[in-house]
Amino acid sequence: MATYRAPADRRRAWTYVPMTALAAFFLFPIVFMLAASLKTDHQIFADMDSVRAFLPVGDLSFANYAAVFDRVPFWRFLGNTLLVTAAVTALGLVVNSMCGYALARMRWRGRGLVFGLVIATLILPFDTTIVPMVYLVANLPWIGFDGLTPVLEFGWLNTYRVQIVPFIVNAFSIFLFAQYFKSLPKGLEEAAAIDGAGWLRTYWRIIVPLSKPVFATVAILTVVTSPATWNAYLWPLMTVQSEELRPVMVGVQYFFQLDTAWGEVMAYISMITLPMVVVFLVFQRAFIQSIASAGMKD
Amino acid sequence: MQRRRFFQLAAASGGAALAGPALTACSARGGSADGELLLWSHNAGSPLEIEVTESIIEAFNGSQDAYTATLEPFPQDVYNDTVNAAALSGDLPDLLTVDGPNVANWAWAGHLQPLALDAAVTDRFLPSVLGRFQDELYAIGHWEAACSVFARQSVLEAAGVRIPTMEQPWTREEFDDALLQVAGSGGYQYAIDFSTADTGEWYPYAFSPFLQSFGGDLIDRETHLSAAGVLNGPEALAWGQWFQGLFTSGLANVESPGGAEDFMQGKAAMAFHGNWGALAAADLYDDVLYLPPPDFGAGPKIGGGSWQWAVTSTADGAGANEWLATAVSDEYVAEYANRTGLIPATDAAAELTEHYGTDGKLRMMVDYSKAYAVLRPETPAYTVIASVFGQYTGDIIHGGDVQESLDAMVAEIDADIESNAGYGF
Repeated sequence: MATYRAPADRRRAWTYVPMTALAAFFLFPIVFMLAASLKTDHQIFADMDSVRAFLPVGDLSFANYAAVFDRVPFWRFLGNTLLVTAAVTALGLVVNSMCGYALARMRWRGRGLVFGLVIATLILPFDTTIVPMVYLVANLPWIGFDGLTPVLEFGWLNTYRVQIVPFIVNAFSIFLFAQYFKSLPKGLEEAAAIDGAGWLRTYWRIIVPLSKPVFATVAILTVVTSPATWNAYLWPLMTVQSEELRPVMVGVQYFFQLDTAWGEVMAYISMITLPMVVVFLVFQRAFIQSIASAGMKD
Repeated sequence: MQRRRFFQLAAASGGAALAGPALTACSARGGSADGELLLWSHNAGSPLEIEVTESIIEAFNGSQDAYTATLEPFPQDVYNDTVNAAALSGDLPDLLTVDGPNVANWAWAGHLQPLALDAAVTDRFLPSVLGRFQDELYAIGHWEAACSVFARQSVLEAAGVRIPTMEQPWTREEFDDALLQVAGSGGYQYAIDFSTADTGEWYPYAFSPFLQSFGGDLIDRETHLSAAGVLNGPEALAWGQWFQGLFTSGLANVESPGGAEDFMQGKAAMAFHGNWGALAAADLYDDVLYLPPPDFGAGPKIGGGSWQWAVTSTADGAGANEWLATAVSDEYVAEYANRTGLIPATDAAAELTEHYGTDGKLRMMVDYSKAYAVLRPETPAYTVIASVFGQYTGDIIHGGDVQESLDAMVAEIDADIESNAGYGF
């Protein structure tokens, strides 16, 4: 028995050795970040020429972490990011899945054209549309209240809604939902229709329960890749002027002064990376499946 | 303006249809004549600097009833993009900070209005902290920054190098010789640290004064219409070849970290660095000297013009200028300097500071500013000039052909000026 297992173990070892080396290689930036977050700026640069840069050695302390709270309103920024991320993701799942369902399963004139237009928007990088988008949201109306009196306001800048609403609808999410819904057997809907269910009831009672994998995929991709969620930077930079509404990624820039406090930079990015690492570890299997199924690598 | 109205009308029509006639309209947040003065600054993450601004605001708000000022600080590295986006959307504040070399561009773009400060007030300030465009004053700064050659007295003496003074700065030959001597004597990896990894505004701010000391310049300052001749002529070529030689010969590190870290770590014998790093260097080396820049033929030069306050075109000018009149007192000029370590912009304020008074240990920085500061060109084209100069100077220090790089700079700068119809010059 052992004679059969030995070659298999050796083969496995040959697989795991390069995989471990690659994993270590890709971990270098994170290890450096964590080690540097415990060091003084002077020591960070002194260690830069050797392997000490990746080791928690020397005069270590949590002073950089304490200093972060003096420089940025960390909890405020984190709360803003969590709020916007949750809103964009939750609302996006509802709206985009309904769009995908309408495009995949409902018969209506112009459906193919609309689906084509939705897909066509994927060609345009976000960076190329951001300036007209800023101009647009700066002039959009909103109904506010002055006491109990409704007031017509112009301009969405400097609000939570400007960080949430423009990113609820996502063409790639619609595409993923539509493709998944197309794979579901039509007999289920036909049976529901015979029982008297309308489109909305069919969607909610039949389609949604059967589509948990694609909902998980879209949720993960929204959190990781949307320009409005965890990594939101350029959009809030251009549309949010109040410090009270800024997300965590914009906070990174607080540390770049005439003399940049590199230890504090490393401490801050460690603190904002940690939640995503925890999420990744908890949902590791779903992450890998979602990225594999979406055919994305970023 | 017409397009903006169109969007507003379209948006209002949609909103009104939804909300019904009971709604009353109100405008977006930003600069206006409503008694509220909104201030934007570039220094989020710099609490000491913000504290001074907040103390000015508190004094101003308490001194009168007509206006209430509030501050919104932004991170420096993304500040210009934020202001440009706000200008695009018509949401500029009343007052904002602006980096000196950008004053002309923002004034030309219509973001700013001329200041209404008495000459008796502005005459007290260093000329380099007054932001002008086409003979109008658009901005005024509380502080200035100055670069100098950081070196250790013991290292220079051991290498037998003369210590330069303002009366007798190093000539080019003396400076080159000093670099060779200190590199050979102290076991240093590099003779001088230029913080080359600090790309961006550092390149034109720190390195273009060397070009000017050689006799070249970034643009023809008589016309502001072309860089030809001054940026690719024989003087500029001499600068480029000299500067490149420092790196190709190994006297300077082409990948030196920002903040003069090679000098601070003892890898480089000297550094060309700003006054903001002077106290940190003094903490490390008790014999550190802040020497005047070398004279390459046209006199020693350093960059001038730092962050300044300006009033936006949409602001309530009366209120904004009233705030400025409060803010530019010597007391606050000195307070900024004490908190940030930067150079106070008036002589009276300098005497109120710890380090920049007549006997202060950083007094020479004030003198260098007065004697050597050269403003970056006061033209809207500067934003392109800075970008182009930074890019091609990077090519030069990495060994690129100097004349080709200089010619490429001139071509790009002149094309930009031409495509903008001379920027009003």
